Amino acid sequence: MAVTATEAHRAIDAVWRIESARLIAGLARIVRDIGLAEDLAQDALVAALEQWPGSGIPKKPGAWLMATAKHRAIDRLRRRKLLERKHEELGREVEAEREMAVPDFDAAIDDPIGDDLLRLVFTACHPVLSSEARVALTLRLLGGLTTGEIARAFLVPEPTIAQRIVRAKRTLAEARVPFEVPRGAELAARLSSVLEVIYLVFNEGYSATAGDDWMRPALCEDALRLGRILAELAPQEPEVHGLVALMEIQASRAGARVGPSGEPILLLEQNRARWDGILIHRGLAALARAEELGGAAGPYALQAAIAACHARARTAEETNWRRIAALYAALARIAPSPVMELNRAVALAMAEGPAVGLELVDALTAEPSLAGYHLLPTVRGDLLAKLGRLNEARAEFERAAELTRNARERDLLLDRAAACARGETPR
Amino acid sequence: MRFMMLMIPQGYEKAAPGAMPDAETVAAMMKYNETLQQAGVLLALDGLHPPSMGARVTFLGGKPKVTDGPFSEAKEVLGGYWMIQVKSKEEAVEWASRCPAPEGSVIEVRQVQEFADFPADVQEAAAKFPELQAQSGQRKDS
Repeated sequence: MAVTATEAHRAIDAVWRIESARLIAGLARIVRDIGLAEDLAQDALVAALEQWPGSGIPKKPGAWLMATAKHRAIDRLRRRKLLERKHEELGREVEAEREMAVPDFDAAIDDPIGDDLLRLVFTACHPVLSSEARVALTLRLLGGLTTGEIARAFLVPEPTIAQRIVRAKRTLAEARVPFEVPRGAELAARLSSVLEVIYLVFNEGYSATAGDDWMRPALCEDALRLGRILAELAPQEPEVHGLVALMEIQASRAGARVGPSGEPILLLEQNRARWDGILIHRGLAALARAEELGGAAGPYALQAAIAACHARARTAEETNWRRIAALYAALARIAPSPVMELNRAVALAMAEGPAVGLELVDALTAEPSLAGYHLLPTVRGDLLAKLGRLNEARAEFERAAELTRNARERDLLLDRAAACARGETPR
Repeated sequence: MRFMMLMIPQGYEKAAPGAMPDAETVAAMMKYNETLQQAGVLLALDGLHPPSMGARVTFLGGKPKVTDGPFSEAKEVLGGYWMIQVKSKEEAVEWASRCPAPEGSVIEVRQVQEFADFPADVQEAAAKFPELQAQSGQRKDS
């Protein structure tokens, strides 16, 4: 059967998705510049797009791409050397240089690829870059996403992302960021930067901060894939497993937290039969691994443990709210924040009644960092409604609706305000 | 999206009870599984004992009929599966193509149905369930 150009291109896209990160990582190790490495990888992709539709996909496409990129690299080096030599009028030595260049490349390529990938992860998530730049670069270099795909995922124009990536590469080159895995004391801080980037991607997919959709599942899947890859690359790091556990368990609810017309369904209202058992199982296993490695008190492991409390409860009433409140208290101790305190208040309200929760929440209303945070009036509205103070609850829901940037969430909040106005306890 | 890669080994329909692949095949397969895992795409996998150790339940005339294996009429039988999460059918096919499968094997690549794939009426029928659940118990503190 004849293969159409479109079919061939889709197949090449698939190969690219699988091979690009390892390809770029391997090249970056040789040329010590991730910008150049990506250009070379792109050159190889262009060559594949030209040749594969005619010749078919080679038996080892990854090796083909690497060999092609390697030749391009040598060509570039040769050209650069030629220029240099011309200036120095030493043209005759070019041949010798050329001969010497080849074995070096082969030696570099034989090194374990996992180390290269890990170097690429740490470089793309380097703190010298803004978090936006880290996210874009990570999705591009490690997730194999195109600039267009990243732009669509984050609802920004494609040139913005393209520029962000170009600038990020330039910043890395100018700062002379070494292509290596940090060691010793630096490792912990750098790892948390990597985890933060992956979780940012996940959260943008899981509870879109803006736009018309409540969720963008493709981003969640990209983040999960990156997290799972990282867990294989750094299996001894408990917080990596903690983050993977958190994402797996949260993602397990993805299908249950959106209604038929795209409206959000809150955790306690979700049909638990639609939670994804495979992801829950994977999440609990990852959490167990984090705990075995002594990481039960890490911030991601603690959040995963909270998510696990929900995952283990067959019905909403079976939720162990006391344990959740205790886990939030533990989180607040290592990373004190008004948002954690708000979450703890919700858990305590569930365990000991809305009045107890409301007392804690009221103490937070003076907190300046929560001034524009829509979940504060949402929670307050909830607790007031449960206490039958519907007028006050309505005002809170309306305030929350003004503050959220997500259209779906705004609709839900306005519905609840309207229910209060009718004298009904809102869902 | 999720795909099942369904492994159909040649001649498995005739395999004796307890038949296992040889150590070399298993070693190659383990390496493949590891690759899937390292790429972050593997969700689950299992191998299946041969049909000679299983049974078939056939539904005809409104009554289940049980037949113990092996099944003389069966030509292609499952030997195991992988469930992977990938971006496209082409990616799933590419992963399947990389399997060190023994000569004559077939891997069938099939997309897993998601709730969102169901037609509106089926989704609606299923959507009534959470409401029932909510009415039955979860409203107690509101």
